[in-house]
Amino acid sequence: MSILVDKNTKVIVQGITGKQGRFHTQEMIEYGTQIVGGVTPGKGGTECLGVPVFNTVRAAKDATGATVSVIFVPAKFAAESILEAADAGMDLCVCITEGIPVQDMMRVKHVLKESNTVLIGPNCPGLITPSECKVGIIPGNICRRDTVNPAVSAAGSVGIISRSGTLTYEAINQLTERGLGQSTAIGIGGDSIRGISFVDALEMFYNDPETTACVMIGEIGGSEEEKAAEWIRGHQDMPVVFYISGRNAPPGKRMGHAGAIIEGGHGTADSKIAALEAAGAINAGTPDMIGETMLRALQ
Amino acid sequence: MKLHEYQAKDVLRGLGIAVPDQIVAWTPDEAAAAAEHFGGACVVKAQVHSGGRGKAGGVKLCNTAAAARDAAAALIGQRLYTRQSAGTGLYIPCVLVTERIAIERELYLAVTLDTANQRYVVIASAAGGMEIEEVAKETPEAVIRVYIPFYDDIRAYQVQYLADRLGFDTTQADQLGHILRTALAYMKESDANLIEINPLAVVGGSLVAADAKLTYDDNAMMRHADLQAMEDLSQIDPLERRAKEISLSYVRLDGNIACMVNGAGLAMATMDIIKSYGGAPANFMDVGGGVNAEKVTAAFELILQDPNVKAIFVNIFGGIAQCDVIAAGIVEATKVTGLSIPLVVRLRGTHEEEGRAILNQSGLDIISIGDFTEAAKAAIACVNRPAVCEPGTPDVGTETPADVNGGAK
Repeated sequence: MSILVDKNTKVIVQGITGKQGRFHTQEMIEYGTQIVGGVTPGKGGTECLGVPVFNTVRAAKDATGATVSVIFVPAKFAAESILEAADAGMDLCVCITEGIPVQDMMRVKHVLKESNTVLIGPNCPGLITPSECKVGIIPGNICRRDTVNPAVSAAGSVGIISRSGTLTYEAINQLTERGLGQSTAIGIGGDSIRGISFVDALEMFYNDPETTACVMIGEIGGSEEEKAAEWIRGHQDMPVVFYISGRNAPPGKRMGHAGAIIEGGHGTADSKIAALEAAGAINAGTPDMIGETMLRALQ
Repeated sequence: MKLHEYQAKDVLRGLGIAVPDQIVAWTPDEAAAAAEHFGGACVVKAQVHSGGRGKAGGVKLCNTAAAARDAAAALIGQRLYTRQSAGTGLYIPCVLVTERIAIERELYLAVTLDTANQRYVVIASAAGGMEIEEVAKETPEAVIRVYIPFYDDIRAYQVQYLADRLGFDTTQADQLGHILRTALAYMKESDANLIEINPLAVVGGSLVAADAKLTYDDNAMMRHADLQAMEDLSQIDPLERRAKEISLSYVRLDGNIACMVNGAGLAMATMDIIKSYGGAPANFMDVGGGVNAEKVTAAFELILQDPNVKAIFVNIFGGIAQCDVIAAGIVEATKVTGLSIPLVVRLRGTHEEEGRAILNQSGLDIISIGDFTEAAKAAIACVNRPAVCEPGTPDVGTETPADVNGGAK
């Protein structure tokens, strides 16, 4: 098993005809993802990379039976694209776009409360279930599915949840180098308003029979890591290895991500680390030790 | 994006919110003329993007035009060192000269976003003029919050509640309602994320915005060219300003190892690892996805303008970014900038082998290491033991040559 996406998942790409959309659609197809269509208003009826293009998500869904959409639409229009995916009743919408205005995302979150659509992102690398399906931009070649380290007795794979894209890759790579497979890896995004949270993803991994442990990569800003700590406290039977970035970030300075800022003494790395350690999660300490720490936790 | 006080108050006045009469002065003579206009008695306020200006000596009460001229002369063109500004202080481009008002009461009022719950929030307190964080810390019950759903306006009963808690009479309650309704509408239309009036003064029984702060969502400025044009770039660190121009995310720090990284999380992690092995990062830098030779060159040029920098650590995990393209950019940038300080490069991910081959075949003195830990240690070693990295000793910088060019496994 895995979570959210697998080899049977049918995916459409919103913004398929743009430069980024086209490039990553090609990559997803090569990885084996079932890309069944694309959406670009005004280009309905044409074809792109061998799949049909539609004017609207609703038409694309009706014609292809897709349940997942991935968004590569410029920031100015991306919130509208999420609303469209939700309105069309997609099960999952993955928004890669970075730089969406905050009030646009407030509207999106508000609308999603009344919807069954699960949102991942925005400003995220998407997710990958190795050997089956990648939705987004995570490099597939660094992933592996099965655990083959003789030191690890229990079968199963590791789930990854991260606020940062490149640190997701870093974690995947360190696990793969040690023969530790991944069930699904998800980048939940670096914005202050986003779709699924750490707790949502931890819960899904917990309920997935294949996933035996999780890597969680947080960063300064917000309070989601603290909420995750509360969840971990009540679910001690799944080991969680974590790393929090931004320990050396000065207060009041935004560290690239819209959500990564220490404001009024809140959201510091130290408070998050303390909460997670107290809840029983295992601190990797430095970003190069994520794989090694997980290996030790599974031995 | 932030505005100066004088700009923020212009905006409020445009919304029909009362502000003291004000004149912006760019020279001491203009300040004197403005003081004359107010009959001599006035307040001269340094315009910088920071709170705590009064305590830093940036606000002067004057009684004559000559005093206003002197006050302006002492401020304009200088730097103001406030509690909130970094060590270098902030440049004062101009002063705001305002009429002196007889303040009967000082209150605090702000409208901002509660992003965690997707709603607007009004924050008010009868204790005006102070930092609201301090009020909240010492007397949390004195800070009143009223929440407004994303899709709605402030309701009459909410205004009434606030007015009662603040001890307003009916006229003041009406004025408060006007301020909040217009401020909220402006926030929705302009993508402002904070409208702060501190103090909200009672003058002759009426509400007046005696000082104001306005900030906007940077992501939304693409649809507000008029607002963007109002930004005073002199308030931003010159290197951070340059970074913005070339779409790099850059924050200057005080260490000596410059970092160039793709991805904000990895960029923060790179600072953390340098620090944890005993080094000091000179900056946070996220070069983002589409990295090419021009961008790497621009990034190197930017990094090298910081005189503290003694080595560069490039840390790339290629996803969208391709290591070979970045490697070619690094080679080009090294040549163009005539780089004379040690350069440690870690390339992983998409096309990493091709990337490392480009670095190795360049004939340049680039230390290429695939392992994260060893690469960070090598960068620190370059700063601590400069002899190791002198020209003519390529690929040195780690005690474990097996890791060089190969990564951990």
